[in-house]
Amino acid sequence: MAFESLSGRFQGILKKLKGQSKLTEANMDEMLKEIRVALLEADVNFKVVKEFINTVKEKALGQEVFTKVSPGQMVVKIVHDELVELLGADQCEINTKNKPTIIMMCGLQGSGKTTTSGKLALLFKKKMNKKVLLVAGDVYRPAAIDQLVTVGKQVDVEVLNLGDKLSPVEISIKGVEKAKQENFDVVIIDTAGRLQIDETLMQELVDIENAVHPHEELLLVDAMSGQDVVNVANAFNTKLHLTGVIMSKLDGDARGGASLSIKHLTGLPIKYAGVGEKLSDLEVFHPDRMADRILGMGDIVSLVEKVQEEIDEKEAKKAANKMFKGTFDLNDMLSQLEQINKISMSSILKLIPGMPKVSEEDQQKVKDQLKVTKAIISSMTPEERARPDIIKNSRKLRIAAGSGKTSQDVNRVLKQYDQMKEAMKQMKSKFGGRMPKF
Amino acid sequence: MGLISFLKEKFSKKENKNEKYVTGLDKSRKNFSSKLNLLTKKYSKVNDDYFDELEQILIEADVGVNLALEIVEATKNETDEKKITDPSQINELLVDKMFISYAQQGENIINEISFQKDGPTVLLVVGVNGVGKTTTIAKLAYRYKKQGKKILLVAGDTFRAGATEQLTIWAERLGVDIVKGKENQDPASVCYDGMRKAKEGNFDLVICDTAGRLQNKLNLMQELSKMKKVISKEIPSAPHEIFLIIDATTGQNGVVQAKAFKECTSLTGVIITKMDGTSKGGIILAIRDELGIPVRFIGLGEKMDDLQEFDLDQYLYGLCLGNKEDE
Repeated sequence: MAFESLSGRFQGILKKLKGQSKLTEANMDEMLKEIRVALLEADVNFKVVKEFINTVKEKALGQEVFTKVSPGQMVVKIVHDELVELLGADQCEINTKNKPTIIMMCGLQGSGKTTTSGKLALLFKKKMNKKVLLVAGDVYRPAAIDQLVTVGKQVDVEVLNLGDKLSPVEISIKGVEKAKQENFDVVIIDTAGRLQIDETLMQELVDIENAVHPHEELLLVDAMSGQDVVNVANAFNTKLHLTGVIMSKLDGDARGGASLSIKHLTGLPIKYAGVGEKLSDLEVFHPDRMADRILGMGDIVSLVEKVQEEIDEKEAKKAANKMFKGTFDLNDMLSQLEQINKISMSSILKLIPGMPKVSEEDQQKVKDQLKVTKAIISSMTPEERARPDIIKNSRKLRIAAGSGKTSQDVNRVLKQYDQMKEAMKQMKSKFGGRMPKF
Repeated sequence: MGLISFLKEKFSKKENKNEKYVTGLDKSRKNFSSKLNLLTKKYSKVNDDYFDELEQILIEADVGVNLALEIVEATKNETDEKKITDPSQINELLVDKMFISYAQQGENIINEISFQKDGPTVLLVVGVNGVGKTTTIAKLAYRYKKQGKKILLVAGDTFRAGATEQLTIWAERLGVDIVKGKENQDPASVCYDGMRKAKEGNFDLVICDTAGRLQNKLNLMQELSKMKKVISKEIPSAPHEIFLIIDATTGQNGVVQAKAFKECTSLTGVIITKMDGTSKGGIILAIRDELGIPVRFIGLGEKMDDLQEFDLDQYLYGLCLGNKEDE
């Protein structure tokens, strides 16, 4: 249909090319036309699409494509390389070596400045062990300050709340002073949303810039933005000295094409991406991985990192040790399943190659299944959990009744346990009894 | 008579009334119409390149690839038929086609909320995060309070930090009643309280705020269905209106949003916010084209009376017609 995802589009196009032995003008043209439509539907800026198509065409036609790789692979590579180029070749995080590092957030209304301020604060605090100060500089929107104060509480970071009577410039100056006096590492100044054509409010940002000289000036860009967003970014970038962009709401189903064109047209790097409603849902933006994601090639590196972070390593090691000693029981299975449950399935499944078609509904089924399993195991006695083989008919009936499930459900859990145990035995022989490194 | 001359005539007569509309759309319009004018000047004769550029202008207004192609194709066909070679005439045709394309998709609905004869009229306001739901609710409350209606706000966004406070501040400023829940309380139960109070207090209009939700989050969409169900249980014919709020800067995902929310809650209208920026809001046309949902109001600024009824004539007039004094 009209709004198939970019990954879906490319996969479809490349499937068409699979059977063909070489790239001809004719089949290239058809493909490029499809890519053009796909990119435009993904809200990539018109001019960027034009350039993109031309470059891909030149590269594809100019090269010897029919050597050892298939034409399909060749095209994937060219499109991928170009996308990476378009997205910016390398990643860059925020440098926090200045003390205090001053960060100013800005953007249109509703782009996610306040939420992202909280997410950034948590990131610096949790990952880099920094002492962070949030400064409530949005004195215009009703309850914007309340929102930041609440967010600050949630991430356990101090919020400077001077009310809405002072000007944002004064508030910013006081924020930086406080940070210097009280030894904060990072100051994040939240500002009100504004239109880039609002002269007065844009001047206010310039005044803040002149007053506190932020080390980072970050523009928030909604992943759902349309064609006009490059004009917004250009205007902010002309007035201010932006150092980067944060894309918000990337957990939606928008392809985020417009935000990607910002990188191309303004040269501003995209530093972080907001990927969920939880305050921990902020990721470093990886252009190369994003290109892979667009191409539907999966995102292995992100997956590995995400899993590593969310799984409690000690718990995992304990289970792994047990696995290899052969004493893995239902308690361990439950703890494993809970670990898996911690990870947001939708974000993980999206990253696994070959699984682009898992619907939200399917993911919900998986989650529901986990709930049932948990209920059943919780209804067992400690002895039953440690030695599942003692669970026979009467125990099964009791467990089923206790958990409000059927004995078929209990059987399914026991079968799952057997399968996991079997899989572990095989792993054990593979790794020669030694635990693989996580 | 072309549509443009018709519109010109129409609007020269009631200029004052439309002033706000036209000024609000000023920034959107300037860009779009100056591009059209530039195009007219650039080409002395119409050729394929001319149509390619027309297509580009439409796509850059977020009209969407498919609809842009359709409109340009239709314009081109008629140009060929009537053997038109003057670019400025073609621009008129283009506006004509956009007008027809919108008007044909679905029926014309009265923009104003249609009030029930007996009992409260319930409006549910939905949308993705950050589109301006709460502010728009305040504007709607202001509008209907001025018309003498007794209004109740229901703070159904119990998720976002500060959302309830934000709506409370508006309720105080506007002098209307509000029903609030606790942080993270089930929004459906807040709706329940709201409906009870609406019936007991003989309110005319109940506006329920909801938390912003991305349309691909199944759980949150189900939560919305539940809120709707709870409302209908208390007031069987309610909710009478369900408005989807869409940010004018939204790209093609706006159509996906409209589709998902329509499936989940059977929308009765769309409100486009932030039309006072430089975005052209072409998504209005795309949504209408794909789903037939009408735009009811548009937000043109931060002031309370900056919410205007949507008027296709005025929208296209504001968007497509160059203001000759600008040149």
